[in-house]
Amino acid sequence: MLYLKLAWRNIWRNKRRTFITMGSIVMAVVLASVMAAMQQGQYTQMIDNTVGSFSGHIQVQAPGYQDEPTLENSLEVDTSLLHQLSENQDILAIVPRIESFALAAGLQKTKAGMVIGIDVEAEQDLSKPNEKIIEGSYFTSNTDPGTLVAEGLADYLELSVGDTLVLLSQGYQGLSAAGLFPVTGILKFGIPQMNNSILYLPLETAQQFYGVSGRLTSIALLTENPKKTDQVVSKIEKNLNPNLAVLGWQTLMPELVQAIQADWGSGLIVLMVLYMVVGFGILGTVLMMTAERRFEFGVMMAIGTSRARMAVMIVLEMLFIISLGTLLGFMISIPIIYYFNLNPIYFTGEMATVIEEYGMEPFIRFSTDPMVLYIQAEIVFVIALLVSLYPLLYMKRMEPVKAMRR
Amino acid sequence: MAIIEIHNITKVYNTDQVPVHALNGVDLNINEGEFTAIVGPSGSGKTTLLNIIGGLDKPTSGKVFINQTDMFALSGRKLIDFRLHHIGFVFQAYNLIPVLTAKENVAFILQMQGQPSRQCEEHALQLLEAVGLEDKVDKRPAELSGGQQQRVAVARALASKPDFVLADEPTANLDSASTNNLLDMMGSLNEREKITFIFSTHDQRVVERAKRVINLVDGKVESDEYR
Repeated sequence: MLYLKLAWRNIWRNKRRTFITMGSIVMAVVLASVMAAMQQGQYTQMIDNTVGSFSGHIQVQAPGYQDEPTLENSLEVDTSLLHQLSENQDILAIVPRIESFALAAGLQKTKAGMVIGIDVEAEQDLSKPNEKIIEGSYFTSNTDPGTLVAEGLADYLELSVGDTLVLLSQGYQGLSAAGLFPVTGILKFGIPQMNNSILYLPLETAQQFYGVSGRLTSIALLTENPKKTDQVVSKIEKNLNPNLAVLGWQTLMPELVQAIQADWGSGLIVLMVLYMVVGFGILGTVLMMTAERRFEFGVMMAIGTSRARMAVMIVLEMLFIISLGTLLGFMISIPIIYYFNLNPIYFTGEMATVIEEYGMEPFIRFSTDPMVLYIQAEIVFVIALLVSLYPLLYMKRMEPVKAMRR
Repeated sequence: MAIIEIHNITKVYNTDQVPVHALNGVDLNINEGEFTAIVGPSGSGKTTLLNIIGGLDKPTSGKVFINQTDMFALSGRKLIDFRLHHIGFVFQAYNLIPVLTAKENVAFILQMQGQPSRQCEEHALQLLEAVGLEDKVDKRPAELSGGQQQRVAVARALASKPDFVLADEPTANLDSASTNNLLDMMGSLNEREKITFIFSTHDQRVVERAKRVINLVDGKVESDEYR
């Protein structure tokens, strides 16, 4: 109790020094956690943009489809497979798809397009096509004869709602596939690459077009927590036919993982610089404090205070300062992060174009994942604590007579 | 009975590679209940001798026994603990812990000895009463005069019931009235409680009250006079 009292009173002996030390910890926690929340928000967005709203967090495929995505590597689907998947509590949505390419033609022009055969109801959980419709209407059933064309592709082909789209392709097992599809709606995707190439067909219409009745190229699955994808993949693999491939988004989209890792690496350098600046800032005040109190430490040791007792006192002092600083930094960071979560930073002009070219929507929404904040606060706390070891090292070597020499 | 036995102590400082002989073969015995002043000109080795007796500095050669314990044969941690239990210190600049009150400064030593909080507080109050500061127990050092701070320092030095109290120029920063009060109080404790005091001093008022005066010149005992 005496040590607690002594430590608490000591930190208020030199208020300016305490506030400077605390201030540098607050700044570090705020900067590090806001920056990490921004980065994490970007990654979540990247994953949502590409995985959560298109490929799904997990896909069940026929073996070989990932390396060679052709209709020959499609899988035959029976109701028991879908039933088994629907019984898994970790899966939020099951979205069956047939995906392939086709030559799309309007009256004057042709262009290669990506054809996605979708389950009209299930797809609303993943790419939400009805929310992307800017003209026309959504499919009425899986046998609807129409097509939804992405805006960029429709513009290129000079198609609008009510016009007819011609599709030519190669179907399953070498069949030729050809069909006429009335355009029922135009879709707008945030990502230019998708906006210029995608067209949706209802699932059964697509299966009929490609001659793959009862087959799918993939079953996309959405999970509650994308970070736990690996665990869910393992669970599904245990219960499913071993001849099926169950792939997490990290395997489905290695380029996305690489992009996140590369960005995290550069962000980490900035964070490391920040940690170093803060570490040296705190070290400066700790050195000042140790030098100022050298005589006092000498006297305490002279009258019989052991090094261990003095170490306890100093550690308690530093713990008070660091804890208060970290807590304050935490409290300041939370509203900032929440503000930018509710009010994302939007980019315009060339910056927006560049971001869109990377396959992302041009805004940053900060992550409110408490772990981001916790980890940063913990790192700063540990750095501050390590720096505070200096007085302990000093005390270990201290001789009272030398310390008391003025 | 000698509580302090000093055998042929030397202390050499190597300042700028030129050895400075602070103590040159000092032999002394200090008995229980003595009120001793170590005097001598500046640089004669008074403070060095006091630091060595207090276990704060190690001699270059020679031995110091406190109640038959070879003090410098003790390890670092044991030496600190030995100081806590056997030696009381009073410094020239009082050197109280500034964030603690008078009572807490005295109780601090007792708590380090592992005594229960309530007992520490009671004992601290008794000691402060003994040095005439019963009305200042909750004051911090900055709220006390120099003389009052030095009285708290004496109470702190006595708290651990030490074998002896070392006082390094205790009156150097005090006015005449405070010096007389302090010496009266220390003299009375010496008479009443048989507490051994050893001073290093330039102050003639301290020398006049001492029962034994040891004169150091050039690191040697030039005279050792009992009164």
